Amino acid sequence: MTAPAQTDLVTVVIDGKEIAVPKGTNIIEAASRLGIEIPHYCYHPKLSVVGNCRMCLVEMGMPMIDRGSGKPILDDHGGQKIGWMPRPAIACATAAVPGMQIRTTTELVKQCREGVMEFLLVNHPLDCPICDQAGECRLQEFATDYGRGYSRFIEEKNVKPKRTRLGPRVMLDDERCILCSRCIRFCQEVPKDDVLGFVDRGSYSTLTCYPGKQLENNYSLNTVDICPVGALTSTDFRFKMRVWFLKQTPSIDTESSVGANTFVWAREGKIYRITPRRNDAVNDTWMADSGRELYQQVEAEDRLNACHASGKPVPAPEALQAAVALLKEGKTAIVGSARASLEEQFLLKKVARAAGGAPVHLVAHTGEGDGLLVSADRTPNLRGALLTGLIDTLPPASLEALGAAIDAGEVQTLVVVREDLLAAGLTEAQLERVRIIHLDTHRRPGLERAAVVLAGLTVFEKAGSFVNQQFRVQKFQKAVPGPGGAAEDLFLLATLAAELGGESMPSTPASVWQAMAAEIAAFRGMTFAGIPDDGVVVEAGRLAELPFVEGESLHYKPAAEAAGV
Amino acid sequence: MAKVIPRKPLTLAERTYLPQVLGGLKTTFKRMVSPNVTLEYPEERPVIPEGYRGVPTLVKDPDGREKCVSCQLCEFVCPPKAIKIFPGEIPEDAPTAHVEKAPRDFQIDMLRCIYCGLCQEVCPEEAIFLQEIFSVTGYTRSELVYNKQKLYELGGTLPDRHFKWEKKRQAAERGHQH
Repeated sequence: MTAPAQTDLVTVVIDGKEIAVPKGTNIIEAASRLGIEIPHYCYHPKLSVVGNCRMCLVEMGMPMIDRGSGKPILDDHGGQKIGWMPRPAIACATAAVPGMQIRTTTELVKQCREGVMEFLLVNHPLDCPICDQAGECRLQEFATDYGRGYSRFIEEKNVKPKRTRLGPRVMLDDERCILCSRCIRFCQEVPKDDVLGFVDRGSYSTLTCYPGKQLENNYSLNTVDICPVGALTSTDFRFKMRVWFLKQTPSIDTESSVGANTFVWAREGKIYRITPRRNDAVNDTWMADSGRELYQQVEAEDRLNACHASGKPVPAPEALQAAVALLKEGKTAIVGSARASLEEQFLLKKVARAAGGAPVHLVAHTGEGDGLLVSADRTPNLRGALLTGLIDTLPPASLEALGAAIDAGEVQTLVVVREDLLAAGLTEAQLERVRIIHLDTHRRPGLERAAVVLAGLTVFEKAGSFVNQQFRVQKFQKAVPGPGGAAEDLFLLATLAAELGGESMPSTPASVWQAMAAEIAAFRGMTFAGIPDDGVVVEAGRLAELPFVEGESLHYKPAAEAAGV
Repeated sequence: MAKVIPRKPLTLAERTYLPQVLGGLKTTFKRMVSPNVTLEYPEERPVIPEGYRGVPTLVKDPDGREKCVSCQLCEFVCPPKAIKIFPGEIPEDAPTAHVEKAPRDFQIDMLRCIYCGLCQEVCPEEAIFLQEIFSVTGYTRSELVYNKQKLYELGGTLPDRHFKWEKKRQAAERGHQH
């Protein structure tokens, strides 16, 4: 593969290996491209550099030049002599300049790291058995990799407050804190909610919250993620499960059209937490706290655990037969969903076509955008519905047109996918006039009397893809198995479409993508497996000019603003 | 290809069987007069040697504090996956609140346990010990999954060399006077 020509590359030599990096890249990032790890605590790629942990000390040198003549000074072998700095430099605050030489394996660097580790561990409590960070703790990792292996400290350790509540979702253990100030910088720079700071001096320095305030913004749990030690812990995840038991599955945050990339951490079919997954084009390394609670819907009280037909729980095939019988009678209308995956929307369109060209309605769910990672459109996949052709205009907030059609007696059977019809403006009287086929994960008010209930899966229990506000197709994978009585949404929709239309339908993400790539111009040549982990932006064409509700957010500008209107 | 191994013909002594019969009788008479080593189990119980690995149990320290902090290392290391821990938080008004973490429940499936002792070896709090109990019986599978209460009953109290958490509590009381 040829990289595009870049003129502002500088070449540095790290441990004898050359690497060309963009100008301004620091040494930690340059070394990581070579696969060389420079240990660090306070440096974070998405935050400002403070250089207060001193863990990333390396030896630095520059090619020597004779000041008088400006000619390079040569050594005995004819190469340019390197002038090594007498003292080590911190790699995080050192930008690469042409010809720079870095050594990370020398005795001096080793002693620096041992010294820094020893100081960091001086007042660190040996809390590992009860610390939630154990297993993903940088202090544990670097102590084994770069520490001296035993303690020379015989004095008494400092005592600081433990079990302090910083906010509704974050707990602080000051003894574990190594004063890297990542959390402070995060609060200042990302959510712009400057509530954290250090008080006291020397070894009594303590992280604390501004008096009378709380760390309660909707991004507070990111401080827990970036805390390199166990000082900040999540009250929700605290003491629930050790991280080494948990398996990570890449997923997508469904709370809004931002589509923040996430990891779902599960063990034995139970989800314990959701954390952000780095995607520099979407969410950097952050996500909103509200999106981390979404896993609770999996075991919610009102979860649909079985398919129903005429009020009785039945196996999925029987419920599907009942649904097909209803749909064959005609006069069908469909309420689709921007919460369904791209594949499901594609198959729902097939169902609509097979059911005699049934009209498809969608409901818009909007809220206030916070300008960061929660946008005004509170559905993950509205653009998917447009791309698949399920709808061709932006959906209204209420289903007045459908209500009028029901009142006029034009609708006999109503297919509802993941929507609350009462909240969307239909009345109970209107719902009683139609027979309802309800495909959902949770019970909805007003739909208790649905003729057929098809129990589907949540985003954590299936694979698929969403199209976010940037028209970026992002896929999510199955993290846990679904409840026994539920069936894959794709299987349910494919069966409906196949039974009605008489032709076989694809029912897995991979095979649905084959069909979509063949039918939809924007997806031509794409496969499900071929979508990279950080997603791929598709050509939206005229759809991009629709008046979407989203305002500006992290890495997103509305089309109108981007065009300078 | 079959290989033929010639069998040596028996000697006269072997053909009479007498040396073998006498050899057997020698052992019989020797055992008849030697001291008896059989144990009348279960009325009589064997002496359990030191370091014996019996049933794994949970122990309390001499102050009666439950030592397990549910770090789940034993659950992780257990080769037959016999251990299942449900971690929990110690309430802030409890006398041992400074320990913060304790198991809500602790289950060991004795039908799975292979008495390898890795849980005892890995425990950073010296809270689980394989003690002298070796006879485990029950009528159902479920009653052989020992819960936390049963494990503490079997384990009892063992002497402690460190009193790690008590020292930590004392340090916290002293430590603020700087």
